[in-house]
Amino acid sequence: MHQLLQQIFSGLAAGAVYASLALALVMIYRATDVVNFAQGEMAMFSTYIAWTLVNAGLPFWAAFVLTLVTSFLGGMTIERIIIRPVENAPVLVTVVVTIGLLLIFNALAGWIFTYTLQEFPSPFPDRTLFGALMTTRDLGVIGVTLVMLLLLFAFFRFTATGLAMRAAAQNPESARLCGIPVGRMLAIGWGLAAAIGATAGIMVAPVLFLDPNMMGGVLLYAFTGALLGGITSPVGAVVGGLIVGVTENLVGTYLIASQLKLTVALALIILVLVFRPNGLFGTAIVRRV
Amino acid sequence: MSEGLAMPQDAAARYGGLGAGTWRWIGALALIALAAALPFAVSNYHVFELTLVMIYAIAVLGLNILTGYNGQISLGHGGFFAAGAYTAAILMHRYGLPYWATLAPAGLVCFALGVLFGLPALRFEGPYLALVTLAMAVATPQLLKYFDSWTGGQQGINLVKIQPPPGLGIDRDRWLYLVVLVVLLLAMRVAANMLNGRTGRAFVAIRDHPIAAAAMGIDVARYKTLAFGTSTALTGIAGALSAMVISFVAPESFSLFLSLSFLVGSAVGGIATISGAIVGGLFIEFVPNLANDISDAAPWAIYGLAMLLLMYAMPRGVAGSVGLLLQRFQSRRASRSDQDHKGRMP
Amino acid sequence: MKVKHAVTAGLSAAGLILASSLAAFAAGQYGPGVSDTEIKLGNTMPYSGPASSYGIIGKVDAAYFAMINEQGGINGRKITFISRDDSYSPPKTVEQVRQLVEQDQVLLIFNSLGTPPNMAIHGYLNDNKVPQLFPATGADQWNDPKHFPWTMMWLPSYSIESHIYARFILKNLPNAKIAVLYQNDDYGKDYLNGLRDGLGDKASKMIVATQSYETTDPTVDSQIVALQASGADVLMTAAIPKFAAQAVRKVYDIGWKPTHFLNSVGNAVGTVMKPAGLEKGVGIISAAFAKDPTDPQWQSTPEYKEWLAFMTKAGLSANTTDVQAVIGYSFAQTMVAVLKACGDNLTRENVMKQAASLHDVKLPMLLPGITLSTSANNFDPIKQMQLQKFDGTTWRLFGDVISGSGS
Repeated sequence: MHQLLQQIFSGLAAGAVYASLALALVMIYRATDVVNFAQGEMAMFSTYIAWTLVNAGLPFWAAFVLTLVTSFLGGMTIERIIIRPVENAPVLVTVVVTIGLLLIFNALAGWIFTYTLQEFPSPFPDRTLFGALMTTRDLGVIGVTLVMLLLLFAFFRFTATGLAMRAAAQNPESARLCGIPVGRMLAIGWGLAAAIGATAGIMVAPVLFLDPNMMGGVLLYAFTGALLGGITSPVGAVVGGLIVGVTENLVGTYLIASQLKLTVALALIILVLVFRPNGLFGTAIVRRV
Repeated sequence: MSEGLAMPQDAAARYGGLGAGTWRWIGALALIALAAALPFAVSNYHVFELTLVMIYAIAVLGLNILTGYNGQISLGHGGFFAAGAYTAAILMHRYGLPYWATLAPAGLVCFALGVLFGLPALRFEGPYLALVTLAMAVATPQLLKYFDSWTGGQQGINLVKIQPPPGLGIDRDRWLYLVVLVVLLLAMRVAANMLNGRTGRAFVAIRDHPIAAAAMGIDVARYKTLAFGTSTALTGIAGALSAMVISFVAPESFSLFLSLSFLVGSAVGGIATISGAIVGGLFIEFVPNLANDISDAAPWAIYGLAMLLLMYAMPRGVAGSVGLLLQRFQSRRASRSDQDHKGRMP
Repeated sequence: MKVKHAVTAGLSAAGLILASSLAAFAAGQYGPGVSDTEIKLGNTMPYSGPASSYGIIGKVDAAYFAMINEQGGINGRKITFISRDDSYSPPKTVEQVRQLVEQDQVLLIFNSLGTPPNMAIHGYLNDNKVPQLFPATGADQWNDPKHFPWTMMWLPSYSIESHIYARFILKNLPNAKIAVLYQNDDYGKDYLNGLRDGLGDKASKMIVATQSYETTDPTVDSQIVALQASGADVLMTAAIPKFAAQAVRKVYDIGWKPTHFLNSVGNAVGTVMKPAGLEKGVGIISAAFAKDPTDPQWQSTPEYKEWLAFMTKAGLSANTTDVQAVIGYSFAQTMVAVLKACGDNLTRENVMKQAASLHDVKLPMLLPGITLSTSANNFDPIKQMQLQKFDGTTWRLFGDVISGSGS
């Protein structure tokens, strides 16, 4: 029983890591209809920026805020310079461009910061809770992810910019007719996603340790979680991420040897998607002919 | 007797006494002859490299059928490449089959796998389909390591080097080059026949407007599954060839990066073309090496940059853009002769 | 007059013969890639891709050879070190090695990294009689002079290390219940199989649980929890630094107190023990054969200072916490020693002969007491390691230098 609880709690902790990156993926998809395969590497790169600032002597929160701002601006710049030229090209072209970005960020991080494992400071103290079921840092990741979720939800629902962004993503032509600066909305979308990714990276680095390949595996899980929850739903992203974390742990412990747990976990999730092809919380896209 | 619509073929009727179609045949035969003679003009190492280019071209051709012509994205073709490679390796290593007899089984196994995959894939679109195929790419190394009594696990399978037929007097590298060349030409021919015919038109119709296609009576499920199966069969055959040429298979040879490379090669060459596959193969084989020469500190950054620049310059890929230019050239000739013909219209 | 001419002629002829034979002697015998002024060495490394953290070994190799060249080279010849990226992908390794051997005409392949990459080129190099020297992998199969006379290993094999742990357990913890965490590839499996092998027929009784992880797994927390639940009181972790650090931390956090054996690949103070939390690693046992550059006990020694100066001058000061850089340094020193011993007879055969004739060679950054020895039947230069226990600040060596039996 104790092991079951522990596996579930470890799964939730891991799942929160996936969920935080999944939020960034959902943000970009909602704003721009694009799956950004470079999201993980961008988050990792932002974390290295924060790490550099902390090493240079800045206090943690100052470094955090500065990194968020830099990432936001960086995301907007990437949208304008790198994504804008292929805006109207077929989806595959954008996929290839984001894969290219993934490679570039990964290689740059390895070159500038080397591949040696680094520590990253956490704003949360290093203590265990609930009788060793979870640490304060794991709880911190969950907490920050939930806060980001609430902010995102509020942004899309209650702010004018959020509404404009949803309109721009759903129907750019009509949005333009209404006077919405579609280009700027897309850029803001990328900027926000980059900032969310940076937060995810900074929260996660104390737990996973910082190296250029930190987010590689996480991206796969985050992608799975985001799709499981519904690629258009922030709530879905978090729920999906948590489910992926717990499922993987339970599968690896009770169902099959750890060597196959990723395969089996993915198979199970795909099975769920067969019955709900738009994810648990996603909305079906109705096409008119 | 009105001329009716001026057809481009009519406009480009005669060049130096021969028709356009005949010229195309001559051109193709010349290229084939050149390709067959090439290995005897370059060193063994370059022959080996060119053989790899052709193998990747076959794999990318498979992907083009599925993603380019039929619009189903696949991030998992590396997994099917691995399936073909291991099928061939196991048949050669465990059962002593001669290498040429492993191509058909590899193709059949991968066709079956593709159909098996294609069926649930019918439910998915866009990023969801990407995830399902991505799962294939990610699961493949795990599965290969797990069933180690068959696959040799992480040690992989070391294959006996293939020997050329004794009487011909050419060495191993050149013989394998010619074998792969023949398979490539056959694959291109088969693909062309399929894609320029009814099946191909059904594929494209499903890609561009699935609802209209269904309304016209096309069995969408059947054609989508067929696209998956033929696509994976081709990629699997390419995998089998790679096992023969490299004489070694291991799970590390078939990482996620391989699947992504195929996708990138496909896009760079021209996703909905046949000749683009060769460009794709060239890209996959040579650009990483070139990137290494340019910067050994961060070679993948150069590789990624090359991808970006090519996508900006030629979003339809090299072959796609060339095709577009040719179309414009032909239509201009057509409109010019249109004007010639105008004088004769009643 | 005639006599004088004859004598002069005779003396000049003798002088000419002597001079030309001396010249021929100085010219020596050369294999491919060698000239009076140059020795070409080939290498493949994962400078990109998932294993790129090991690329530092290639960079250190290059820097060391550059330093030797600055000091005059080896017997007057400069080393041209051609290192190519294979992204840890065996097909790419085959391609790069073929280019090195057939196009670049290198004398030998040195220090290529990874078991699958080296397996892919194993047959090719032996068939073509090209030395495959000191691959950067600890798998056992590189010590097989009978079947693969052109391949020689260097690292103490992973199974030697687990044999050492097995013997310790059998002697000091005979009723132990052992759990194993291992990376799901050749490296991790070698450790596991080495442990099984070392425990002999007690293995199936003593090893109560095993859990593996992939390098794409974000954490190993779940595996550690599962291993604790098996009731084991001994844990062996065969993991690379990132996952070793996570394992050390998680074991402590869940309140599990097994006797914890941590493999030498993942025991560096700076990149594993410190990120995990120094107090969380107290009591962990490991083995080593090289000096950890982040361990305070070595940082005052002249050998460390010399290494540090070398790293700084080579522009690699960002990597001075990485024990792989120490190992790369030692790899390169061994290569230089072998080439020096060849003198002017730089054929591939002689290179293998000299490599197989190492007698108690000492290297500055190896632990005191550990030396390299090879013979015609034994292509495993380093067979010794020493056990050490972590005290919260540094690894305290204990016991004697132990020789493993290897394969």
